[in-house]
Amino acid sequence: MPFLEMKNISKRFVDVVANDRVCFDVERGEVHTLLGENGAGKTTLMNILYGLYSRDEGEIYLDGKLVIISSPYEAIKLHIGMIHQHFMLIPNLSVTENIILGLPSSRGFLLELKKAEENIDNISRKYELRVDPKALVRQLPVGLRQRVEILKALYRKTDILILDEPTSVLTPLEVETFFKIIRRFTEDGLAVIFISHKLNEVMSISDRITVLRGGNVVGTLKKHDTDPNKLAGMMVGKEITLSLDKPCEKKGKRLLEVRGLSVNSEKGGKPLVNNVSFDIHEAEILGVAGVDGNGQGELTDAIAGLQPVSKGQILINGMDVAHLSPRKRIERKLGYIPSDRQRVGLVVDFSVAQNLVLKDFRDTPFSKQRFFLNRRQINTNAERLIKEFDIKVSHGNEKVAFLSGGNQQKVILAREISGKPDVLIAMQATRGLDVGSTKYVQERILEHREKGGATLFISTELDEIIAISDRIAVMYEGEIIGILSGGQEIDLERISLMMAGVREQKTKKSVS
Amino acid sequence: MWAIVFNASFITDFMAAAIRMATPLTFAGLSCTISERSGVFNIGAEGMMLSGAFVAAVGALFTGSAWIGTGFACIIGALLGLLLAVLSITLGANQIVSGVMINILSLGFTSFLSRIIMGSAITQKLPTFETWGIPFLVKIPVFGEIFFRQSPLSYISYAIAVILTFIFFKTTWGLSIRAAGENPRAVDTAGINVCLVRYICVMFSGIFASLGGAFLSVGVVRYFTENMSAGRGFIGLCIVILGKWHPLGAVLAALIFGAVDALQLRLQAFEVGIPYQFLVMLPYICGFIAISGVVGRAQSPEAVGKPYLKEN
Repeated sequence: MPFLEMKNISKRFVDVVANDRVCFDVERGEVHTLLGENGAGKTTLMNILYGLYSRDEGEIYLDGKLVIISSPYEAIKLHIGMIHQHFMLIPNLSVTENIILGLPSSRGFLLELKKAEENIDNISRKYELRVDPKALVRQLPVGLRQRVEILKALYRKTDILILDEPTSVLTPLEVETFFKIIRRFTEDGLAVIFISHKLNEVMSISDRITVLRGGNVVGTLKKHDTDPNKLAGMMVGKEITLSLDKPCEKKGKRLLEVRGLSVNSEKGGKPLVNNVSFDIHEAEILGVAGVDGNGQGELTDAIAGLQPVSKGQILINGMDVAHLSPRKRIERKLGYIPSDRQRVGLVVDFSVAQNLVLKDFRDTPFSKQRFFLNRRQINTNAERLIKEFDIKVSHGNEKVAFLSGGNQQKVILAREISGKPDVLIAMQATRGLDVGSTKYVQERILEHREKGGATLFISTELDEIIAISDRIAVMYEGEIIGILSGGQEIDLERISLMMAGVREQKTKKSVS
Repeated sequence: MWAIVFNASFITDFMAAAIRMATPLTFAGLSCTISERSGVFNIGAEGMMLSGAFVAAVGALFTGSAWIGTGFACIIGALLGLLLAVLSITLGANQIVSGVMINILSLGFTSFLSRIIMGSAITQKLPTFETWGIPFLVKIPVFGEIFFRQSPLSYISYAIAVILTFIFFKTTWGLSIRAAGENPRAVDTAGINVCLVRYICVMFSGIFASLGGAFLSVGVVRYFTENMSAGRGFIGLCIVILGKWHPLGAVLAALIFGAVDALQLRLQAFEVGIPYQFLVMLPYICGFIAISGVVGRAQSPEAVGKPYLKEN
C-alpha cells in the first residue's frame, strides 16, 4: 500500500480536460517525478493534491485512508507542503513572518517571532539552508527566496513535499546543491514529488518517473528502466530531433551597438541594467544567459524603447536611438519579440489580421491617406503570413485570444520578421511553448541570421542558448559578467559560475 | 489682523479646534487603514460616515442618549461594511465602483429620511457627550484644557489606533491581515481564509467610519444636516497615504488635516479677502499635496484594490 495514492483524478476546466483519470502514488523516502510538457496537467494534479483546485472525480488515499482535501488548510494539516513555481511569498514581510504565516501560536493570538526565529535557525542548520530570518523577503535573491519557501514547508512538518519546477530559478551549480538537499529530505523519510520538463534533471534526481501528456498518464517508469530519449518520446508522443542546423558564421558590419547602457530603478538603489556594452554584427546571434530577473527584461525593454534609458547609447546601424520613441526605432529597422506575448506582444482581443499590422497599419498599403484602414490589404497580408508562418487558424479574423501559445508566438514572429528588421530582439521567445513550436521559433530566428540580420537572443534555458548563439553573454544583477565566443568548447561550469555572479578574471586568479 | 492671530487665546482656541476637527478624520483614516491593509479600498468610508452621523442623530433623538445613538451608528457602519464586502470580496465587483455606490446610497437615504424623521425636530439640539478631563493633566495651565479635556469619542479614536497597531504588528491576526493585503494567494496557500480576513476588516472599517460620523452629529454640532460628512471620508483615503498605512501615522496625519481645517475656518472669520469657497478647499488641496508624494513615498499594500477570486 503506497504512502500517498491519487486514484482516477479528473479535472475539467471550461473547455479543456486538464487531468483525465490520472493515477499517481508516492512512497516515503522516494523522489517521484511528474514529467511532461507545459499544459500536460502536472501542476493541476498537484494543485488538486494541495487543495487549491477541487477535483471533479477521483479519490486521494493517505496511508491507506481516504482523505478529502478541499483547501490548502486541510493539506497542511495532513502534512502536505508545496513549493509553487511562482513563489507564494510576501516581499514586504520578513522571512520569519512569511514562514509562520497562518500557523497557530502557543501564546494564543500573540506572535512568537523570537521562538520562531530559533526554530527556523535549527531547521536551516540541519539542512544547510542558511538564510537570515530577520531579512525582508524582497531583499533576498531568487535562490534564497526558494529556500524560504522550502523552510516554510519544513516548518509545517511536511511528510509530502511537492516541488513545482523548482530549478527554473537556479543556476546549474545551484541545482546540484539543491538536489543534495532533496536527497537529505528523502533520507529523512519525506516523500518528494518533483515536477519538471527538464530531462537531464529528471534523470539525475528521480527514483520513479510518471510521464503526463494532455492530461493523461503515458506511463510510470523506474529510472533504471529508461533513458532521456525514451522519456522525450513519451512526453511529445512522436520522435523529435533536438538538434539545430547552423551554417558557419561570417562577420560583417555592426548592426547593433550598445554602449554603457544603464537603466535606473524607480525605487532607487542599484541600477537594473548597469553599464552594459556589447555589439552584434550582421548575421550574428548574441545569446544572453542568466537566471531570470537579472536585468534581461529591462535591457530588452530599454533597447525597444519601452523603458527609459538612464545613461549610455544604443546604436542601430550606427545611429543613436537611445532617446527616440519606440516607433522611431521600428522605423530604423528594429524588431522586438517581448517575453510577455499576451500583454506586450499582442492585443489579444484583436483579430490575427489586425495584430499582424499593429506596427504599420498607419502606412500604405494598409491605410488610405494615412487615415482610413484598407481592409482588403490587411486581409491579404494576413492570408499571406498565415500561410508563410504556418499559423494554425481558420481565418485571419479570428481573435488572437483563442489561439494556442505557440500560434500566438507565430503571429508575433510573423509580424516582427516580415518587416525585415536589421536587429531582432528575442526575449524568452520560446518560453512556455511545446517542443514543436520551440523548434519552429528557433529555426525562424536562425533563418533571420542567415539573411544577415543581427539577433539578441535572451533565454533562461542554457541548452537553447548554447544551441543557437554565435556568442554568449552572461547577465548577473544588471551587468554583463562576461561574453564567451561560441566557437570554443562551452564549459557549463564556467557559464554557471558566471550566472551566479563570479567574474572571469577572479575565477582564473583563484584557480591559479 | 496679525496681532489677533498671535494672541494667546487665539492660539489655544485654534489648537482646540484642530484637535476637534481631527477626530472624525482620525476615524476616517483608521477606517481606510484597516480595509486597505487587508487589500480592499474603502471609497465608501464617506457614505458610511454620513450614515453613521445620521443614525447616531436619530438614535440620540429617540433614546435621549448620545451613547445609544453611537451604538446604532456602529451597527449601520458594520452593515454597510458587510455590503461593501459582499460586493467587492464575494462577487468580485470593482471596489471603487462599489464604494461610490455606497456613498450615493447613503447620501440619498440619509437626506430623504432626515426630512421625514427630523423635519420638525431640526432646531432641537441633540443630546451629546460630556467631555472627559484626564485627572491631573487637565490642570496644566493653558494646554491642559486643550489636550486633556476631550470628547470620549476622541479618546476612543486614539485607543483604536493603539490597539490596531498592536494587532497589526504583534499578533497572528495582524500578520494575516497584512499578508492578505500584500499577496492573497500566498495567504490562501498558507491555509488562511482570505475572504474571512477581508470581511472582518471591511466591517470594522465601516464601524470606524460611522464612529467618525457619530462624532460629527452627536459629538459636535448636536444636529444632523444633509451631507454633513462633506468629504471627510474621502480625506481618510489621503490620511492613509500620509500616515503610511500605519494606525498611529493616521492619527498624526489627521491632526495635520484637522489643523488645516481649523485654520481655514478662522481665516473665513477674519475676512482675509479670499472667497470662502476657496478656503473650504484648503484641506483638499492639502490632500493633493499629501498624495503626490511630497512627504516621502510609502508603499501601499501590493494587492489593495484587486479582488481575490479563487479559481477552482
